[in-house]
Amino acid sequence: MAPVLELRGVSKSFPGVLANDNIDLTLNQGEILALLGENGAGKTTLMNILYGLYTLDDGEIFIRGQEVDIHDSNDAIEQGIGMVHQHFMLVPVFTVTENVMLGVESTRAGVFLDRETAAKRIREISSRFGLQVDPNAMIEDLPVGIQQRVEIIKILYREAEILIFDEPTAVLTPQEAEELFKVFRSLVDQGKSLIFITHKLKEVLAIADRIAVLRDGRLAGVTTPKEATEASLAKMMVGREVILRVDKKPPQLGEVVLEVENLRVQDERGLRAVDDVSLQVREGEVLGIAGVQGNGQTELVEALVGLRKIESGMVKILGKDTTHALPREITEAGTAHVPEDRQQDGLVLSFPVVDNLVLNTYYLPPFAKGISLKHDEIEKAGLKRVELFDIRTPSIFLPTSNLSGGNQQKVIVAREFSRPIRLLIASQPTRGLDIGSIEYIHRRILQKRDEGCAVLLVSPELDEIMGLSDRIAVIFEGNILGIMPADEATKERLGLLMAGIQEKEPAAVVA
Amino acid sequence: MSEKPAISETAETTAEPKRNFLQRIFVRSGKFSSLLLPILAVFSALVIGAIIIAVSTPDVLSAWKGLFQDPLGALSITWITVRDAYAALLEGSFGQPTRIVEAFETWRATGETRPLLDAFRPISESLVLTTPYIFAGLAVALGFRGGLFNIGAEGQLFVGGLASALVGYSLTNLPWYVHLPLALLAGIAAGAIWGAIPGFLKARTGAHEVINTIMMNYVAFRLTDYLLLGPMSRPDGMPMTPLISPNAYLPTLFPTPMRVHVGFLLSLAVAGLVYWFLWKTTLGMEIRMVGANPKAARYSGVRVSSIIVLTMALSGALGGLAGASQILGVDHQMVRTFSSGFGFDSIALALLGNSHPVGVVLASLLFGFMRAGAARMQSLANVPVEIIRILQAIVIIFVAAPEIMRGIYRLKAIRKGEGAIKRGWG
Repeated sequence: MAPVLELRGVSKSFPGVLANDNIDLTLNQGEILALLGENGAGKTTLMNILYGLYTLDDGEIFIRGQEVDIHDSNDAIEQGIGMVHQHFMLVPVFTVTENVMLGVESTRAGVFLDRETAAKRIREISSRFGLQVDPNAMIEDLPVGIQQRVEIIKILYREAEILIFDEPTAVLTPQEAEELFKVFRSLVDQGKSLIFITHKLKEVLAIADRIAVLRDGRLAGVTTPKEATEASLAKMMVGREVILRVDKKPPQLGEVVLEVENLRVQDERGLRAVDDVSLQVREGEVLGIAGVQGNGQTELVEALVGLRKIESGMVKILGKDTTHALPREITEAGTAHVPEDRQQDGLVLSFPVVDNLVLNTYYLPPFAKGISLKHDEIEKAGLKRVELFDIRTPSIFLPTSNLSGGNQQKVIVAREFSRPIRLLIASQPTRGLDIGSIEYIHRRILQKRDEGCAVLLVSPELDEIMGLSDRIAVIFEGNILGIMPADEATKERLGLLMAGIQEKEPAAVVA
Repeated sequence: MSEKPAISETAETTAEPKRNFLQRIFVRSGKFSSLLLPILAVFSALVIGAIIIAVSTPDVLSAWKGLFQDPLGALSITWITVRDAYAALLEGSFGQPTRIVEAFETWRATGETRPLLDAFRPISESLVLTTPYIFAGLAVALGFRGGLFNIGAEGQLFVGGLASALVGYSLTNLPWYVHLPLALLAGIAAGAIWGAIPGFLKARTGAHEVINTIMMNYVAFRLTDYLLLGPMSRPDGMPMTPLISPNAYLPTLFPTPMRVHVGFLLSLAVAGLVYWFLWKTTLGMEIRMVGANPKAARYSGVRVSSIIVLTMALSGALGGLAGASQILGVDHQMVRTFSSGFGFDSIALALLGNSHPVGVVLASLLFGFMRAGAARMQSLANVPVEIIRILQAIVIIFVAAPEIMRGIYRLKAIRKGEGAIKRGWG
């Protein structure tokens, strides 16, 4: 029998970049194919071609042995291809039913919406595939994991046979991810075929039937979980040996650098986002804050660096009260901040690399004298930092938007680490980066820790938190649910806390 | 580190072979939009302008009705009409070559300079019109760099004119080196205040500067009416101010009838100053940072709201200077119809000049010369002055919508907008 889907020699180039180069890929009926690759390897481009968002330059697509032309997503849906995007495409103020029927509304007399029929079909799909959801619930009231189910139901409602998932676990807790994998299984048991894009090696080994690895727009190889190991997959992705685990010396603890007491912070909507948080970070240690995104991490970090007003409580940096200090005062007190959203907060993308390398020190000597900028000094420092931090750019005068994500992050790291700092606040420092860059950033962070810097690391990636931290705190709905030494932390224990399930005995909580 | 080359490196190398002729000339470093775009936009506007001139001339139209009897005649009358119109435009803005040659000969033979001055008068008039364009264009460009859309240059021009006229006629017996700077400063200060008000409202309350600068324009216009009809009117009650003291004049550069004045040189100097300020000072860097990414500016410790007020004040100051220079250099008194839209055109100038001081100067020269030549085009070739407005509008549409230019000239430019696609893959 012909495979459900076959790609032959698919190529796609963007101005100046060959994103997909002659890719052959097959997907068999009822299997889970993992598409693995670093950022920029061409995974999403390939899937967007399949889903009709891009047109291919060259190559052929066969569905059940029939060559097809896919020009837009309507063609794809007609061919039975559905896609769950990384960022959900749901209307928050609509119910589940309304979201699912949007675009394929069932109607009575041609104009009146027939919600009942739609809801009935949704219930059928729910029970058939184990996707429990209340059709009448409002999307904005549902947790992220359930919203994702709605996305899946949406494409099943359109009778998709081939389901594409773009980094589906990025927004989930470990437990929610487990649930999702169960759904995956039940989907393939009922004859659906799945392609699942990811860069997380563990997931691939746990759930996939076959694994296709992309590197630099080319197919680096196809393997199975039986034949592959994390190390071999990483090597295929990057093209060389990768050290997955960072070696860590025992921490050399010094004085307390960051002290937070009973901190309360509001978010934009005036709701309390950080509620009564107290913590301390000492010289030479990494305190990791684990938690599902959106549990107050952003607000906590912004409050610490002076970007958000503090409602009550106190923040001290090196004994100095900085509760109501300006961002610049906190920076000058020796705080480095690697922001969560590097393109929005950390960089001016239209500025040349060299300017971004001095984005918060341009006014200080030697970069300025009075109000006049010393461009030769700025350039000298820029060249040095580009070399020292291995930032790949043809010129320091190129707009920073031209750099890859990993290199953009290195610009921030270079800028923040090139001045004398005592406290490093790093928020999702490796979000969306490739393995090579992740490895590099992790090494640099630990190097700072070993130099005696206090590090507060905020990340939803448990591997990152567990790999780097000396102590781990879990944040849930603005509360710190527990702080534990890293060697006492397990994925299960952290996962439960991340889902808000408190441990029985409070004695286990070490402050 | 990663063996993979940076995206931009591949972009440089693989994009090379596909470029066509125009791209090889202009798109060398991805700078498509800053030079090639305005040139193509002006060229295309002239072509479209030619068509409009042709179809709005009755002779041409009637010749085309008889196209099948006399196709050559129809074509030739079209060509002659368009050629004469643009020739008149050029003569009006630069002067007649034959007259210039004759004037030179007279001067060499007799030492008489008057014919020479007369011959070069069109250029002088063009520069007189260019001067307020440069100041006002810089005002809007500075705002753009700070991420602020100052539509209030016209109003700032009016209050700047009012203030410098007031200082110019009410103070007497001051030496010129006190009076002139004082009058200029009055105009600058009035414009700065007029710009700072919407800036402050934006920083404090988030009120959009586009709305508030427009409103401030109306306040300025009606304020002018009130002052010229009452407190500042001429003793005989005419709705205009008294003439300012000659000590407050921006002196002319050449004898009569050349009216080009020191203000033109001042505008070039100010363009240089704005460049230096924006790119060579810490404050300028902060303004550009707030303009390009206010969140990153805040992250970097810049006080964003102070910078917004400052940017609007400086932008307004330049607008006020445009008004002051017009009063002190050309009009020597304030009248109600004092500006003919310099402030509004300046938005187009900033856009055309890519918000860069050099670009603004070039765009201002273009607009100034076109506007100066338009009158002669009307009298000589019988093409209405309004055609210039149409040309200006078409230029702006093309600059604002570069995709049109790219479609017409088959350009596949490499520019920063396409970073969005690059970021999308992977």
